Amino acid sequence: MIAVSILNRLIVAAVTLLGVAVIVFVLLRVVPGDPIAMMIAPGASPADIAALRARYGLDLSLPAQFGVWLQSVLMGDFGTSISLRRDVLELLLGRLPATLELAFAALIVALAVGGAVAVAGTLVRRTPLEPAIDAINGVLLAVPDFVWALALVLFVGVFIPVFPLSGRIDPTLSIDFLTPFYLLESLVRFRLGVFFDVAAHIVMPVLALALPLATVITRILKEALLEAMVQDYVLLARLKGMSEMRLVLQEALRNAVGPALSLTGVQFTFLVGGTVIVERIFAYPGIGNMAIDAVINRDLPLIQGLVLVFGAIFIVINLAVDLLAAALNPRLRHG
Amino acid sequence: MTENLLTVTGLSAVSDREGGMPVLRDVGLTLKNGGVRGLVGESGAGKSTIAKAILGILPRTVRITGGWINFKGRDLLSMKPQELRSIMGSEIALIPQDPQTALNPARRIGAQLADGLKLKRDMSARTAEAHALQLLADVQIRDPDRVMKSFPHQLSGGMRQRVLIAAAFAVEPELVIADEPTTALDVTVQKEILRLIRHMQSARGTGVLFVTHDLGIVAQICDSVTLLYAGKVIEEGPVRNVLENPNHAYTKALIAAGPRYDRPDAGLEPVPEAVFRELRQEIGIS
Ligand SMILES: Nc1ncnc2c1ncn2[C@@H]1O[C@H](COP(=O)(O)OP(=O)(O)OP(=O)(O)O)[C@@H](O)[C@H]1O
Ligand SMILES: [Mg+2]
Repeated sequence: MIAVSILNRLIVAAVTLLGVAVIVFVLLRVVPGDPIAMMIAPGASPADIAALRARYGLDLSLPAQFGVWLQSVLMGDFGTSISLRRDVLELLLGRLPATLELAFAALIVALAVGGAVAVAGTLVRRTPLEPAIDAINGVLLAVPDFVWALALVLFVGVFIPVFPLSGRIDPTLSIDFLTPFYLLESLVRFRLGVFFDVAAHIVMPVLALALPLATVITRILKEALLEAMVQDYVLLARLKGMSEMRLVLQEALRNAVGPALSLTGVQFTFLVGGTVIVERIFAYPGIGNMAIDAVINRDLPLIQGLVLVFGAIFIVINLAVDLLAAALNPRLRHG
Repeated sequence: MTENLLTVTGLSAVSDREGGMPVLRDVGLTLKNGGVRGLVGESGAGKSTIAKAILGILPRTVRITGGWINFKGRDLLSMKPQELRSIMGSEIALIPQDPQTALNPARRIGAQLADGLKLKRDMSARTAEAHALQLLADVQIRDPDRVMKSFPHQLSGGMRQRVLIAAAFAVEPELVIADEPTTALDVTVQKEILRLIRHMQSARGTGVLFVTHDLGIVAQICDSVTLLYAGKVIEEGPVRNVLENPNHAYTKALIAAGPRYDRPDAGLEPVPEAVFRELRQEIGIS
């Protein structure tokens, strides 16, 4: 049963990814602007230009270009970046870990902060504190994501300048990393000096991504908690003398996580999209930052690779959320 | 003279949701040690309101405007919250109406049964588990080991209600309040559950306040009965007296309306409109 539904999801995921590839490919060919024009030296002859076109396969028909591209992508060849003149797959693999570390750190912080505020809000329900929490959260919910980053730069960056505002690591600190996962690797190898430096660098972009998500999690989870708190099983547990804290954490939370999970998953994909702007603002060297450069330079092979990676991330998140929901639901877990 | 386990005197309450409409009007009732009193009335008569008032779990929108609830010689309504907390769930327990929603869907039965034992009877986790297993056997569940490890959705409604009965009697209460514990079940299961409650209470000498709208059930399991209409006690007394010699026209009409406890084939005439008119006039509602 579960295996079949996972297989179904995987097929759907593959088809979705193919759809993304087609759309991106067509869109990029249809919009005006010539990538070759940006590469050539001012005095290049038409023959030179034609040679360049042929080299990047730009002289073929659209379907033919797509066919060539898809075939090589399937064999792991994403082409060569026009602006950086390096293998696209290599560039992506070099940058993706930075973004993954950022996104997951942000997700963990968002879950911790959003979860804690939701539980606190549930514990103080029907006291004057509850509307206060709701009102503050409501205002913060309305703040657009990029404003969070700017506000953080302004308040934390300028008034309490403890955390670096740009980059991923102090350049003078370079240890020879074995993997591009600096945060994880420095922790696992117990290089604490390096770890704290990488962690300090990631704080600001993590907050910029996590806080908007935390407000959403607070709203969704608190609603689900309040609904669970009026169920009969909570009433019976209260009669047995269970403390309010245990009622919320043991009785209500487990039943509230399910409904809150799928919405959090959707919001997490937004967070991954948000890395584009946040990485730019904090000069963080991930694929989001790279995407902006790629668009500015009309670097078609790189843009295609990036969009496919983002598409794959979204699909993986959705798949993970579905599996997690199934794992958390006793009805699905224990027939 | 044997003292009553529970004595409700002059209990009145209003509903703020319905613009201060009275929901209990000067209600009095008693329950002997080890007795079973039926609390009967149509929907909205105030049966659950009385049960919730005793348990101290009235919704905020229902306000008590007067009266006493005397449990073992002390008034519950004027007790401090922490005193109430020590009584509720140990000396007074609840069998809820809907076994569907009264068990936590995310936790195993064994863990939920053990809660009360650990919190109210100071048992260690291991003792509580052994005790819970015994309780499941007491409520005539055939494979208690499997049920302990099950989640609520893996059990039938009747099984769940057995678990909830076990949980209520687990704390060895002196008073069990059962709020329509069989309405959510089908008829054959209903009978078994009624027999089980009767068995559990008589074996332990527990007093039971049994809320129902079914006089047939009252005849089966109660020894005294209180009939309510619109929050007012209409008739009260030992079950035999009330069912065989009802004083009030409404009671007579109800007995005629429901299948009779001694003649299941008779009855089913609706309560005449004139009886209701008279009743409302008597209580003083339009
Ligand atoms: N949460 C509430 N807030 C305010 N009034 C309420 C609330 N719940 C019930 N009432 C009112 O109290 C009155 C008595 O309701 P109660 O639930 O005690 O009836 P009942 O006899 O248990 O009926 P049923 O057989 O339907 O369970 C009704 O008029 C109802 O409108
Ligand atoms: Mg009721």
